[in-house]
Amino acid sequence: MSDFDFSVITANWAFLAQGLRYTLQVTITAMIGGILIGTVLALMRLSSITPLQWFAAGYVNIFRSVPLVQVILAFYLILPLVLQMVTGKQMPIGAANSAYFTFTIFEAAYYSEIMRSGIQSVPRGQVAAGYAMGFTYGQTMRFVVLPQAFRNMLPVLLTQTIILFQDVSLVYAIGATDFFGAADKITQRDLRPVEMYTTVAVVYFIICFTLSRLVKWLQSHIAIIR
Amino acid sequence: MDYHWNWMFFFQETDDGLKYYDWMLSGLGWTTAVSLASLVVALLLGSVLGVMRTTPNRWLVGIGDTYVDVFRNVPLIVQLFMWFFVVPELVPETIGNWMKQDLPYIVTAVVGLGLYTAARIAEQVKAGINSLSRGQRFAGLALGFTEWQTYRYVRLPMAYRIVLPALTSEAMNIFKNSAVTYAVGILELYFQYKQIIEKTSQVLEITIVVTSLYFLLAFVMNRILAIVESRTRVPGLIVGSKGGK
Repeated sequence: MSDFDFSVITANWAFLAQGLRYTLQVTITAMIGGILIGTVLALMRLSSITPLQWFAAGYVNIFRSVPLVQVILAFYLILPLVLQMVTGKQMPIGAANSAYFTFTIFEAAYYSEIMRSGIQSVPRGQVAAGYAMGFTYGQTMRFVVLPQAFRNMLPVLLTQTIILFQDVSLVYAIGATDFFGAADKITQRDLRPVEMYTTVAVVYFIICFTLSRLVKWLQSHIAIIR
Repeated sequence: MDYHWNWMFFFQETDDGLKYYDWMLSGLGWTTAVSLASLVVALLLGSVLGVMRTTPNRWLVGIGDTYVDVFRNVPLIVQLFMWFFVVPELVPETIGNWMKQDLPYIVTAVVGLGLYTAARIAEQVKAGINSLSRGQRFAGLALGFTEWQTYRYVRLPMAYRIVLPALTSEAMNIFKNSAVTYAVGILELYFQYKQIIEKTSQVLEITIVVTSLYFLLAFVMNRILAIVESRTRVPGLIVGSKGGK
């Protein structure tokens, strides 16, 4: 402990910051994409059309029962095969890019469960009121149900995003340079595991702890007063 | 697509004389072992922490809350690397050397995964205890029970039943999370998956099989706990619903 060398951290800070930026980019992309796809999946699951229900249920159950590391590796290897089949030429997309896709698809399964319970938390009368106003299904969802569902579930959606932010560290499996990957690569070179891994742990803790406190605060301030 | 499907490779021999399906079975075994052992650690520690957080003692609450905050806000893979590469450097040298040389990997991995999951279990146990009405504790105390006895005989038996569905999903998560231990050298299912892909390039077949195996593990865990749930149900009391989510 006595020889904890802060200069290892300062010397490599730029590289670590770059990794952290990539982690944030993946998190934000997957959050936006995941919530959009997740909402569509939730609507499918709650629709009255059986094949759509099956598709959404299958999608969610498969992704929720498989380890994320496995999905990351599988997509990284399978995506180029699929792209080649579609376009007919070799398309190496690289580890860093495949992670954006993987996380969006994977997180959609989790966001969809959250949106589903959000939609179900909206009283049935609201839907009936929408139809009574002459709204179509799309309009009822768009103007009546989804805004309330989204608001009710905002804290849960954000908590899931904090988990997603932590899970990006698993791109270690395909060697992409996220925040943790950056620290790991510096460790391989400089052999300073204590400084590097501790830095990662502390920074992750500060960010996630602050965000989760924020979510808690939000939770008590945005509840719809009924 | 010029992908060559070949399901028979599972029966081919590997470099070490075993067949590929042997590798998978051994991976499956390690995944199960790591997961179940971690689950035991997590349940024990998580229960203690969960109970601590509901006691009137401010210090115990503080320790429990801090633990949960720390272990929930650092990614699992970072925690595992801390246990493997950082902690041995921070403890006294003799212990550090023992951790590095003599302590089996599996023990460190189980402890790491267990401590990580304990934070989540503590959260559930606390929620379960807090969901009971205060009268339960008062009734216990009025009967002359000590504070500990009200936990042992009144509050915990109810709290566990209430949070069993949530514990079920944690138990299913631990199988998925155990895949991360490959990064610290545990030869579990995901490690074998990665290794077989490197050797054979039969990505699709092996992905289908490994996905099904993880699916199966989660399903079996879910069923077992659903049985536990129906066996322990208090007649006339509606708690929870079906196992899992």
